[in-house]
Amino acid sequence: MPRSDIPKAAVKAEAARLKAFFEASGAQPVEMDILLPAEVLLDLYGEDIRARAYVTHDPERGEMMLRPDFTVPVVQEHMTNGAEPARYTYAGEVFRKQEDMPSRANEYFQVGYEVFDGSDPAAADAEVFARFAEVLAGSGLHAATGDIGILKAAVAGLKTTERRRAALLRHIWRPRRFRALMTRFSEAGTALRHQNLDRVRANLRDAEAPFIGLRTQTEIDARVKALEEDASEPPISAGEIELLDDILSLKETLPHVLSQLRDIAVDLPAISEAVSLLGRRSDALAARGVDVEHLDFEASYGRTSMEYYDGFVFGFYAEGRPDLPPVATGGRYDALTAVLGQGRSIPAVGGVIRPNVLLSLKGGA
Amino acid sequence: MVVKLGVPSKGRLMDKTFEWFAERGVTLSRAGTEREYSGAVEGIAGVELVLLSASEIPRELAAGRIHLGVTGSDLVRDKLAAWDSKVSELASMGFGHADLIIAVPKCWVDVDTLDDLDAAASAFRARHGFRLRIATKYHHLVREFLKANGVADYQLVDSQGATEGTVKNLTAEAIADITSTGETLRANHLKILNCDPVHRSQATLFKSRMAHWTDETRATLSELTETMGLGD
Repeated sequence: MPRSDIPKAAVKAEAARLKAFFEASGAQPVEMDILLPAEVLLDLYGEDIRARAYVTHDPERGEMMLRPDFTVPVVQEHMTNGAEPARYTYAGEVFRKQEDMPSRANEYFQVGYEVFDGSDPAAADAEVFARFAEVLAGSGLHAATGDIGILKAAVAGLKTTERRRAALLRHIWRPRRFRALMTRFSEAGTALRHQNLDRVRANLRDAEAPFIGLRTQTEIDARVKALEEDASEPPISAGEIELLDDILSLKETLPHVLSQLRDIAVDLPAISEAVSLLGRRSDALAARGVDVEHLDFEASYGRTSMEYYDGFVFGFYAEGRPDLPPVATGGRYDALTAVLGQGRSIPAVGGVIRPNVLLSLKGGA
Repeated sequence: MVVKLGVPSKGRLMDKTFEWFAERGVTLSRAGTEREYSGAVEGIAGVELVLLSASEIPRELAAGRIHLGVTGSDLVRDKLAAWDSKVSELASMGFGHADLIIAVPKCWVDVDTLDDLDAAASAFRARHGFRLRIATKYHHLVREFLKANGVADYQLVDSQGATEGTVKNLTAEAIADITSTGETLRANHLKILNCDPVHRSQATLFKSRMAHWTDETRATLSELTETMGLGD
């Protein structure tokens, strides 16, 4: 977000207008604390959030964090006090350190719309996107969409060990490591896997180091065993690696992508259900008046934005303004509710708009 | 207006800096007694010596209170957000070499690479219910490095000294620290991960982009770089 000259009062009024739109669409307005317990957020997002959020200390409550986003407190509030189906809207400030982009604001408004409704996920996805498209119409924005669920389904369907599938799934949101793992598990990585094992065996032979630290001998032994087993496993087939690559490189309008994914699903039936969900979402979007024929879809979209988006993802961008952050972003985050709910999970989809970016476009700034 | 040159105020780093400048025709010296933190510059006019703690020099450069400063490249990269928008490197000085490395217990026979560390962290978090802890004082550099390499399920814990002891004391599982020889690591039963260091640090002469540069100070800087053959 640029540190714009737009007065805060104007941004607040714009936020109120957007929130009123979501209220008129049937969302219940909610207010969230600004000072949040840091522990949950740190456990969820790790060092990424520590680099980006302000952490402070309270003598009674321990480490506290200035609200870095609304999603987590809204999910927690809903899981404690809410009942499905529910639709919420909120508007307020979030606080972010901008270590790498010091010109962006450290304090800015977000307006959000979140839907907790498991009755028809495709319809809920389409509803959220269509509401955003409607309220943002006329600002000359470009919409990008994707679906992390396709990639997840493809990985979950690979004919290989559970351990390899889990390792790949864990790194879906880190493209570079995902790629390195794909190589290691493929034919090309066979030598590497044997080298790794040889290295560990050599360490075992000359190990005379005393045992120190919290990581136990059992954990070390378990990993050695895992490396041994993995070295003797056959590689993931070249055909499956190629199908994964095909999926990762899909970037086209939605109808074209759908037709290509249906072709891929013939060889990789594991993605059939995810592809059929994409088809139903496409129909639901069209039914809500979205121009699906010209809607861009990129299978890799959203992989680096937020770890817990695990299905439909979208963003609205100002064309020709790469200096600006997206005006709006959102997606499905069932995985986040599963982590927060400790076993209980709630289908959830939503997004946020940054009103000051929207205003800076309207003012031609 | 004079060009203010910030130099570490004590120890080997100060001595080596003085030597480095002297070899290039500029003599720096402490004024008065050992305890007085001011100095003299001979061989060029218009430069004032400011003696500072090496760890404060990045901040002073970023604030523009000094025009030039000598400090470790690690400190500048770790302490300054978007460091290269605030300072530029005039010369790597060829001393004060130290690598910022990641080290794990030697008894971890299964961990030698970042790949291994990532896998160990994943299993550790699942078993212990919290992220694998890496003790360091170089939070920014280490976090950026691990992010670029796609390592997950770790957390950084702050350690301002005796970092090598944190694993034995059970306050961290691994460490990231500056090492020049590795002897302290070996003595504490740790081994360096087999990958490029997080950062290869050395003493560096920096120019502040934030300082007020006038025609006069700019002219002094060109004279200085020419006298010293720095080819700026």
